[in-house]
Amino acid sequence: MASGAVLHPVWPQSQTGVIRRVGLLRVCAVVLALMVMAPLLVIALNWGEIQTDVWRHLAQTQLLRLFRNTAVLVLGVGAGVTVLGVSLAWLTATCRFPGRKFFDVALMLPLAIPAYVMAFVMVGLLDWAGPVQGQLREWFGRGASFSFRGTGAVIMVLTLVLYPYVYMLARSAFLAQGREPLEAARVLGHSPWRGFWLVTLPMARPAIVAGLALALMETLADFGTVSVFNYDTFTTAIYKAWYGFFNVQAAAQLASLLLLIVLAGLYLERKGRGDARYFQTRRRAASRRTALHGGKALLASLWCGLIFAVAFVVPLGQLVIWVIQGAWKDLDARYLALVWHTLSLGAAAAVLTVAAAFLLAYFKRRYQDRLSDLLVRTATLGYALPGSVLAVGIMISFNHLDDWAAALQTQLGLTVQPIFVGGVAALLLAYLTRFLAAAFGPVETSLERIKPSIPEAAAILGARQWETVRRIYLPMLGPGLLTALLLVFVDVMKEMPATLLMRPFGWDTLAVRIYEMTNEGMWQRAALPGLTLVLVGLLPVAILVRRSDH
Amino acid sequence: MAGNFSRWMWRGALGVVMAFGGAVQAASEIVVYSARNEQLIKPIFDLYTKQTGTKITYVTDAEGPLIARLEAEGARTPADLMITVDAGNLWLAAEKGLFRPIKSNVLESTVPAQYQDPQNRWFGLSVRARTIVYSKERVKPEQLSTYEDLADKKWDGRLCLRTSKKVYNQSLVATMIERHGEAKTEQIVKGWVDNLATDVFANDTALIEAIVAGQCDVGIVNTYYFGRLEYEKGKLPAKLFWPNQATTGVHVNVSGAGVTAHAKHPKEAQAFLEWLSRGEAQRAFAGINMEYPVNVKTEWDPIVQAWGKFKADDLNVEAAGRRQIEAVKLMDRAGYL
Repeated sequence: MASGAVLHPVWPQSQTGVIRRVGLLRVCAVVLALMVMAPLLVIALNWGEIQTDVWRHLAQTQLLRLFRNTAVLVLGVGAGVTVLGVSLAWLTATCRFPGRKFFDVALMLPLAIPAYVMAFVMVGLLDWAGPVQGQLREWFGRGASFSFRGTGAVIMVLTLVLYPYVYMLARSAFLAQGREPLEAARVLGHSPWRGFWLVTLPMARPAIVAGLALALMETLADFGTVSVFNYDTFTTAIYKAWYGFFNVQAAAQLASLLLLIVLAGLYLERKGRGDARYFQTRRRAASRRTALHGGKALLASLWCGLIFAVAFVVPLGQLVIWVIQGAWKDLDARYLALVWHTLSLGAAAAVLTVAAAFLLAYFKRRYQDRLSDLLVRTATLGYALPGSVLAVGIMISFNHLDDWAAALQTQLGLTVQPIFVGGVAALLLAYLTRFLAAAFGPVETSLERIKPSIPEAAAILGARQWETVRRIYLPMLGPGLLTALLLVFVDVMKEMPATLLMRPFGWDTLAVRIYEMTNEGMWQRAALPGLTLVLVGLLPVAILVRRSDH
Repeated sequence: MAGNFSRWMWRGALGVVMAFGGAVQAASEIVVYSARNEQLIKPIFDLYTKQTGTKITYVTDAEGPLIARLEAEGARTPADLMITVDAGNLWLAAEKGLFRPIKSNVLESTVPAQYQDPQNRWFGLSVRARTIVYSKERVKPEQLSTYEDLADKKWDGRLCLRTSKKVYNQSLVATMIERHGEAKTEQIVKGWVDNLATDVFANDTALIEAIVAGQCDVGIVNTYYFGRLEYEKGKLPAKLFWPNQATTGVHVNVSGAGVTAHAKHPKEAQAFLEWLSRGEAQRAFAGINMEYPVNVKTEWDPIVQAWGKFKADDLNVEAAGRRQIEAVKLMDRAGYL
């Protein structure tokens, strides 16, 4: 009965028996990884002259506070997204309760809300001068008021926009697992609750950690949200060095320190996981969901409903109200172009990035050596860098390419023009660099669940490498690939700093419009592009969730 | 023969790449990098194109990344003109050698000396006043006098400030250092911090709303934020006050522009800059955002006129850039977040 999927740790096996073609795959993967790493290197190579003046000043005035703030934020958001993401994913993937089908899709929708939009909506709504506290003061007097710009508020806002990363990855892991492992645990005499802790959760651990890593890297990189709350993190110091002290080198030094911290974190997680691996042998076992009854069903519905309301209905409602109150006046024919640019850039970047992520993940699995591991790890670090720092790194490395192009142009007697900086291709490459990690997480975790004996069997039966990829990997990876596509698509649509810096003339997107408004403190006028962005993001989210179910 | 052929192949390939890649420009065109927002500049660009036929291509971004881009592109940059806000940014771009000096009789006559670079590399186009805003319900204007006075104990728990990370506040403190020296300025800034009613705000609009809601009584903001909020919400129970009228004058800053060092169309860019500094363009450039025209002959927007005349600080605004680093460090030491 529980014969479909078996849980058994397996130690890395030798790759004998699998096709031994080194050539193209390795070259492609290495070139790709180096290309993505170039901007990181540009940033990391700024240690020639240590900017002691800036460092000393920061150390004397704030570095300790910034580290403490950052640690608190990372711990808070980490705990928040894990609890929310795992509990919601477990409910919608393995249980049956009223509204489950709706929440299954709906709980992913907050992903479409950019963190900075959520931040200014929440602050506008809930801070001292906002309508909620205004009403409270009317009822209970001045004593009822408080500042909604403290640590708790930042953690809440970031948790609400970032939990979908964990939710999506955990959900597809729970779905891929099916019921059999849990049933096997039951047969061995464990309660459902113990079974969850002993079997379901450990099997989903790689996926949960991948989602958590994305959420935390984004937290570390975040500047937009924390600056709405004026909550100083390590990233604040990077911008202080850059904008306040005009010292790009010091900013780059601080940024590379941030990368080092992330690298250490990822390394520790891998150590903690050890060599244990968890495989599924079938694509997905038929899964029946546990029916919840009475109070339990009600609680499940309430919990899902509460999160959905706070993370989606409230911000969306506020945006709608602002649009009705006047932001609609900005609506003109150019909006169509904005939507078109946003969608086409998102789609193109998603396909490109997921293809690259698959290539790298497949490469890593095939070779399983230290070099490929290190290469891939470093290539996906870009996600943890503050957007505009990475954007400048990308721009500078493309500019080196333009240097070579210029030399070539001169040689050929052509007018020298920038080819890379300011082109669509460059922008897409920038997205690739930034979001490779977002695609890599889901692709790798679903790849890890495929037992090596399956492709080995295919090889024994005489399948060529491409055939194995097409007939075994791609079908088995289905949900993981869709998740990756969706994540990158939505992330690209929300992306601001790289789009601003690298977009070709006239290629404005919805995120660019939001920037133009919020930059000057016109929050309410930002509601129109904000709302459009959310609405445009909804459709792909809904479609992909439905598709990933089958 | 073979060499010729491969050369042609290269040209073809490069042509294809260029079609997908960077912008290919026509001759009667100016390329602008702007840190001033699109909605504030596009109408004026459109007007220029209508009047002169010169096409303006532009890209907007925050000033930091734009300056980094100009620097990285070097001689290859497509940009002819860079528009940015705050003298600190203009000063920095000039320091990095990104602008070229301009000899223009027009600009000398339209832009007062204190609002342009002493070496003529950039010119202010609109003036922004950073002044005191107060609650009409809880403060009498007679109680107010200077920025420095906001450090006085009588404002304990009543002052609201925007974050020190905003360059507007850095410029304000920079000019105070220029006037008073570091020690005295630091004392004043510490006094401000002690008087704060709540955490510093992320933007001026939120600050004014806090005064309206009663969270605090006085604050320091740029006038156009106040104008914008009143325009949106109707009359507010708050008002602008012109400080330091008996002493240094109201703190002012500029948004301005410079022709890039490697401009491909420097003449056209200069002509555009001159056009911006007078007449209808100058009125629109400032008026669209309720700022003050830099040209003394240009009439103020009616809303701006209603706030009344004031004496502005006559320090050259480049001091804001020169002393910015000192100012940031000072505010850090004073605990102004």
